[in-house]
Amino acid sequence: MSEKVCGCGCSESRAAQFADLAPTLEKYAKVPGSLITILQKAQEIYGYLSPDAINYISEQTGIMPAKIYGVATFYAQFRLEPIGKYLIMLCKGTACHVNGADMIEEAICEHLEIADGETTEDGIFTLNNVACLGCCSLAPVMMVRSADGDETYGNLTKDKVKDILDEIRKKAEVTA
Amino acid sequence: MRVVVGQGSCGVATGARKTAAEFEKQIAAKGLGIDVSVTGCVGTCYLEPIVDVYEDDGALTRYVKVQPENVEKIVEEHLAGGKVVEDQAISDVDKEFVTRQERIVLRNCGVINPENIEEYIAVDGYKAIEKVLKSMKPEEVIEEIKVSGLRGRGGAGFPTWFKWNAAKASPGNEKYLVCNADEGDPGAFMDRSVLEGDPHSLLEGMIIGGYAMGACEGIIYCRAEYPLAIKRLEIAMEQAREKGFLGENIFGSGFSFDIRIKAGAGAFVCGEETALIASLEGERGMPRLKPPFPAAKGYWQKPTDINNVETLANVPWIIYNGGAAFAKYGTEKSPGTKVFALAGKIKKGGLVEVPMGMTIRDVIFGIGGGIKNDREFKAVQMGGPSGGCVPADLADTPVTYEDITKTGAIVGSGGMIVMDEDTCMVDMARYFLNFTRDESCGKCNYCRIGTKRMLEILERITEGKGEDGDIEKLEELAVKIKEGSLCGLGQTAPNPVLTTIRYFRNEYEDHIYNKKCTAKSCKALIQYKITDACKGCTLCARNCPVNAIEGKVKELHVIDQEKCIKCGKCMDHCKFGAIIKE
Repeated sequence: MSEKVCGCGCSESRAAQFADLAPTLEKYAKVPGSLITILQKAQEIYGYLSPDAINYISEQTGIMPAKIYGVATFYAQFRLEPIGKYLIMLCKGTACHVNGADMIEEAICEHLEIADGETTEDGIFTLNNVACLGCCSLAPVMMVRSADGDETYGNLTKDKVKDILDEIRKKAEVTA
Repeated sequence: MRVVVGQGSCGVATGARKTAAEFEKQIAAKGLGIDVSVTGCVGTCYLEPIVDVYEDDGALTRYVKVQPENVEKIVEEHLAGGKVVEDQAISDVDKEFVTRQERIVLRNCGVINPENIEEYIAVDGYKAIEKVLKSMKPEEVIEEIKVSGLRGRGGAGFPTWFKWNAAKASPGNEKYLVCNADEGDPGAFMDRSVLEGDPHSLLEGMIIGGYAMGACEGIIYCRAEYPLAIKRLEIAMEQAREKGFLGENIFGSGFSFDIRIKAGAGAFVCGEETALIASLEGERGMPRLKPPFPAAKGYWQKPTDINNVETLANVPWIIYNGGAAFAKYGTEKSPGTKVFALAGKIKKGGLVEVPMGMTIRDVIFGIGGGIKNDREFKAVQMGGPSGGCVPADLADTPVTYEDITKTGAIVGSGGMIVMDEDTCMVDMARYFLNFTRDESCGKCNYCRIGTKRMLEILERITEGKGEDGDIEKLEELAVKIKEGSLCGLGQTAPNPVLTTIRYFRNEYEDHIYNKKCTAKSCKALIQYKITDACKGCTLCARNCPVNAIEGKVKELHVIDQEKCIKCGKCMDHCKFGAIIKE
């Protein structure tokens, strides 16, 4: 029997392609109720859930791809598209809303020329509106997630948010 | 002497990690040999970053808003010189923010290092579980909780002892205790604060609960958006296992209980018990019909009890001090204390824990210091998307489950979002409906489609396209959604609309009939105008993205209302305050 190949047509075997996910699958693939945990791990490793990843998880767990899609699209955390190096999580909680989160969103969208859920052309930023980060006393707030960890910024203003984004972009360009 | 830097999420967001690093650097440079440690959130979020300096005799000096550039002075004058830096220390007025509270749940938050079990033990930690396992029968534990009158702090206010007792009474040896740490209500952050600041009290509460109902395992269902909370819980669980407080044969009693964390994936509906269980089982988080209640058939069809973080964090205190001591606080039907998250247009935002029965006014003005910039207090939103807006007229309502429910809002998880005259109540209703529309799981038609239809009407109203009959349509839909929905999400989703119509009907009417937004917040219903204060500097015209402003240098400028997109850029740029919103 020929070895399974990945969807892009390359000859790399699936097991090698998803080697980083192997320890997670080994631990959880046959444990009932672990799908969300597996998807979280996969997203943590690959940044998003690609069709390939979903099919692979399906093969390994025996859960139908349709069901995995069902779960992945139900929860706000899961993404089916790749994201930028820096994920901007803009808080749209009640306190942030009352303190002008919409204004901050406008400023970010205008400055980066993207809308909620989109990624900048240079692949540096993705904007995601989130329900509440729980830093309500510092509203409006955003959290920026990257390989360096999570950084939270509070008491945002239109100008402040632009400065923060410029600084991150500068840093990203230097390291790139 | 030691230095403690508050590093809850809000502290970190204001730069507490940099402040702590600066202390370490400067203390090392001076060779002072003073220990710098970390603690959770004190609750005075508006003063972060907060640094506590403890003398050897335990005397405390609290410094507020300590940025890295303020560190040098404190190190030099206080740590090295022994003299308090008065202008950086907390003021007497701000001290009252904490001294006016009664802290049971938050007793250790901002006091102990959450990453060090010894500090929790030093404040009588794990004494309650020791007492339980060495001298109490499960039914005695439940009786003590019954005496305390503790009610669920997550929203519904259901008596905790009853749930425990139901789980205990269910047949079978395999039972689960689930802690709902999926704090989904936007505007509430007390659970996060407890998880980050005092994780051991939650663990201890869970072990006690586990013993009382005969559970074999505890599961903490925690929001993925709270990475720091998950990290600290993991550390706490590891330390508790090492000490033998968690795992096999705890305190040699023969009782075994372990806890694991399951990260939620972001769905508000998972606050509903049966949806949460579905999510734990790896499914879409959709509620199912009750009965059977989780106490009979829950996680994997086994008896399951679900309590919220704040509820469980009360338990060790109640067991250690006795249920009667807890019941002394609060009112007869709503005993104990409750943590509220004060946010929005408030001067002193943060977490406050007060006895139930305190009036809304005392919380907002007495502790919270009143409204930001001394504006007019308009309303307070309580209970998040399931709650409602309580108007300023009702500020003397005592905060108890019964009294708040009478206003049309709910105590809920304890979010209090304060609103001033600039907050449009129709927009608030639209905001919450947008939230519940997004978060509806889609199972019940009325919730799935009804919230969408309500949102469409509210959007039309805020866009100046409201029609006669819209208010009545909203009311009709609201009733039907409440009746036609299976779970709490749908049954309460119309509450923000119903309460704003009840108390602020005139604002709805203004929007619909006069095309006017009283709060000047709905874009479609406002106009930007340039007044005589204009000096003709041209700055506004140069910054207008659509070239809607005309005028010559040193002459009064005018905005072409046809072209204006109401972005507000002109107002932001005007140095003379000449541009107004009408």
